[in-house]
Amino acid sequence: MRTDWVAHAVLLIGVALFALPVWLVLAGSTQTADVIARGELSLIPDPAGLGVYADVLFHSGHGTSPVWRMLTVSFGMAVCIAVGKIVISVLSAYAVAFFRFPFRNLAFWTIFLTLMLPVEVRIIPTYSVMAGLGLINTFTGLTMPLIASATATLLFRQVFLAIPDELVEAARMDGAGPWRFLRDILLPVSAANVAALFVILFVYGWNQYLWPLLVATDPSLDTVVIGIVKMIGTETATEWNKVMATAVLALLPPVLIVVLMQRWFVKGLAEADK
Amino acid sequence: MERRTTFPGQLLPILLVAPQLALTAVFFLWPAGQAIWFSTQRQDAFGLHTEFVGFENFNDLFTDPLYRDSITRTVFFCAAVAALAMGVALLLAVFADREIRGRTVYRTLLIWPYAVAPAVAAVLWLLVLHPQIGLLGRWLNRHGVDWDFRLRDGQAMGIVILASAWKQVSYDFIFFLAGLQAIPRSVVEAARIDGARAWRRFRTITLPLLAPTIFFLIVVNLVYAAFDTFGTIQALTQGGPGKATETLVVKVYRDGVVNLDLGSSSAQSVILMGAVVALTVLQFRVLGRRRAD
Repeated sequence: MRTDWVAHAVLLIGVALFALPVWLVLAGSTQTADVIARGELSLIPDPAGLGVYADVLFHSGHGTSPVWRMLTVSFGMAVCIAVGKIVISVLSAYAVAFFRFPFRNLAFWTIFLTLMLPVEVRIIPTYSVMAGLGLINTFTGLTMPLIASATATLLFRQVFLAIPDELVEAARMDGAGPWRFLRDILLPVSAANVAALFVILFVYGWNQYLWPLLVATDPSLDTVVIGIVKMIGTETATEWNKVMATAVLALLPPVLIVVLMQRWFVKGLAEADK
Repeated sequence: MERRTTFPGQLLPILLVAPQLALTAVFFLWPAGQAIWFSTQRQDAFGLHTEFVGFENFNDLFTDPLYRDSITRTVFFCAAVAALAMGVALLLAVFADREIRGRTVYRTLLIWPYAVAPAVAAVLWLLVLHPQIGLLGRWLNRHGVDWDFRLRDGQAMGIVILASAWKQVSYDFIFFLAGLQAIPRSVVEAARIDGARAWRRFRTITLPLLAPTIFFLIVVNLVYAAFDTFGTIQALTQGGPGKATETLVVKVYRDGVVNLDLGSSSAQSVILMGAVVALTVLQFRVLGRRRAD
């Protein structure tokens, strides 16, 4: 086969366009704040400067907690949101797909409505509701309101509706009740969907910015995304190498998860958006 | 679509949907209702007295040149982000779809930015394009460009568009690639045998067959640019200099959280809700697809 030079060239430029800012920041993080402030940034990372990562991880900066703490909050938030959304959506999709009950359609459309009400369009009233419930500056407030999910419910409903009737009848003939059926048949069958959705929702939770900005003003609840934006906000006397190291640490976990679970993730994304 | 076989019982399914419905009611429907209610109220300057003013807040908004500027700016911003992200993504997807060595490696290296938070993407570009410490920012200044996006309106808009589009390319790439792979090879092959050149094949066969993907991505990209770029803009410019990068969502935040103008901010929220409803209905009616939340 002839080598397709044009394709390689275009794709390499694309790869470079994506990698360039991250490489510059990675290289910058290992250099001293003085060198960066003078604008004498080198493109080659300096192994001697790697100590900055230990420094930002374990020491608090100006008005910010140490990065390990922010990473913990981010991780906790992302996992709670992803697991919470999956659990709650599997249950409600199961109810909608496998039972007949009063107001079933109303329940379904109410869940569907949430698609049309992102936080961004209801900033102030949501804040006042949170304040009324005493959830400002709590981990519950950070996670629970983001757990309702129309997307995941619609996806699982789709998957559940595709389960052949024969399988359900056979299970019922064998005396399996609704819980047994859910645990022993439905969940194993949907495992790939669960894995894909977990990746998408973990990234969604990790990357939240407006929500934590609104409901968690206490620095001990700063996620790493909030923390990094705070750091660049105080531009005077900024230790740029620390900012750069924090940026690298903020993007590494979700990127790793997407790359490692690429196969499920790509398939899941196409299905979740169908 | 309905199932034929179902389980008996009514209490159990109601208990199963209850948690989802409770969260939806408390954190979605109640605040949305409050937004509509607040949007008809006006507070005095000290927040001591509130009165019902009907549609006056909406009236004020649509006669306010600043709000109309913000609408124009948001439309321009969204169109620019969608066009840039989709254009680059389509170009990359077309070449990644070819039978070349290392295609799986290329794909991995092109999808990872999906995982980068919009706010973190903004921080990356800030560090690269900062006029004093950024490598590219300094390079521009050395080469006769008076570069400082914190002072110049056009440059500020440019950098928020760049950072927003950069992060979205991966998502569009994944969908374009899936769309291209769904096109039967035999169709393209037949055109090739008929002597159609590459560009002509792309324009007359590939592009029409990609149309559903393109329409779907247009809606998704517009929604992303309008609503998910708050973090990007906040990190880079906070809507400034002046109001140069103040999109509608940034304005809701500024008026509501910073300036504490409850009535106007709520009215703006209600207008945005209307926009999301319209886009979602469009997506379902016309395209039969939905986006991830």
